[in-house]
Amino acid sequence: MKYAGLLVMPAGFFLSIAALVLFSAPAQRAAFVLCGLAVECLGLVVAVRGHMEARGENRR
Amino acid sequence: MTPQAALPMTDAAFALTLALLLLAPLAIAGVALINTGLGRCRSAAQALLGNLAMVAVTAIVFALVGAALTGNLPGTPGGAGHVFSLAGKPWNWLGAGSFLLGGLGAAPAQSQLALLFEFLAVAMAALIPWGSGADRLRLTAGCAIAALLAAVVFPLVAHWVWAGGWLAQLGVNFSLGDGFLDGGGAATVHVLGGLSALAVVWIAGPRKGKFPKEGLSTALPGHNAVYVLFGCLLALVGWLGWNVAGAVLWLHAPLTALPVTAVNTVLSASGAIAATFGITRARFGKPDASLCANGWLAGLVASSACAGIVTPVESLFVGVVAGVATPLLVELLELALSIDDPSGAITVHAVGGLWGLLAAGIFAPQAGQLLAQLVSIATLLGLVLPLVYLLFWLLNRVVAFRVDSDGERIGMDLHELGGGAYPEFVIHRDESYR
Repeated sequence: MKYAGLLVMPAGFFLSIAALVLFSAPAQRAAFVLCGLAVECLGLVVAVRGHMEARGENRR
Repeated sequence: MTPQAALPMTDAAFALTLALLLLAPLAIAGVALINTGLGRCRSAAQALLGNLAMVAVTAIVFALVGAALTGNLPGTPGGAGHVFSLAGKPWNWLGAGSFLLGGLGAAPAQSQLALLFEFLAVAMAALIPWGSGADRLRLTAGCAIAALLAAVVFPLVAHWVWAGGWLAQLGVNFSLGDGFLDGGGAATVHVLGGLSALAVVWIAGPRKGKFPKEGLSTALPGHNAVYVLFGCLLALVGWLGWNVAGAVLWLHAPLTALPVTAVNTVLSASGAIAATFGITRARFGKPDASLCANGWLAGLVASSACAGIVTPVESLFVGVVAGVATPLLVELLELALSIDDPSGAITVHAVGGLWGLLAAGIFAPQAGQLLAQLVSIATLLGLVLPLVYLLFWLLNRVVAFRVDSDGERIGMDLHELGGGAYPEFVIHRDESYR
């Protein structure tokens, strides 16, 4: 699960870059960059959850 | 203050910046002391020797390889780089300078100072994950991590930010303010170091006994609060040098703007420690020394991003927010997320740095600057963290990060160095191993 989260994070980065290339209006760019950041945060949360699960298994 | 266009450097500016950069190693010394003090006494000598080794390894590797990929030599900053074209815009993604520091003596004054700045910055970046891996990270692994950072990751990020790379060109290519601004190395040093620390902690795992089978995590307090707090004072001097020199080099600030940068640095750290002091006193009844030190450092880290951009009042606000967040996040990481970070580097350097970068965008007067900072934050989180994790994961297959359980039990000093930092002291048996 940690690796899945870490794989999702670059998707957020590419979304942010795509916003710069595809849009010229500041509002649209900002919205897509924020979406990219949200995807990255989602990936980070998944990675952290994966880490916590692994730690829980090690404790048992 | 908004960044000015780069002008040829006057002799006075050159001498001042060089003098300021000669103060910057005090920040490295401060962080080394903090790393050592927050670790356990049976690993103190290994921790401090490790800090020295990191500085040495990064200096050698950066001179041999990293400086070329950063691209500040030869010629003017931004002059050398590998560029591809996408959507009609140039994307300068990797430096193409000369290897082995060729042409350093003949380079323009600003390029020489930029290289010196980066030399010190890469050492600082490598110390950050070393502190997080305290008490279980092998010295060889620490050196390998430092080498990898100095050879590949730091040059890549430093080129993007400081040497005319695509992040620095966001203003020119996409009309996003003045492009990504990072006067004191918040992104290239602290966020990179903090994210590396997260990767190291994830790969190496927690210290033995930190998260027992039953109950909450075990408190493993640092062994010397005096080292930690004195390290904070040393760090302030170094940070002043770093932020002010960075304002000259990367923000092209006029000399008259530099006192404000210095004042902002002090105010950010002061606001942060005052906030942490208040929060820990309210939560625990008494202020916590190590958390206050972490708060101070988080304020300094946040100032690295914005001291040359914001006003003094804004800088104080940035520091207060960093100081409030630090103790709460340190607790969250340890208790809720099972992340064992002895030096608090993930909170202090990664989160503090990201907050500073965001604040620089919020308070910068030029239009589009906030978006430039957000794109850069997205790059650090979405590209640099997975890249660092992948590289460290591969490195761990070659050079095992973690010491064996016997080494962890007797302490890193005895295991790796054959002698302790405090040979005349009685080391108590560790209750957590029962």
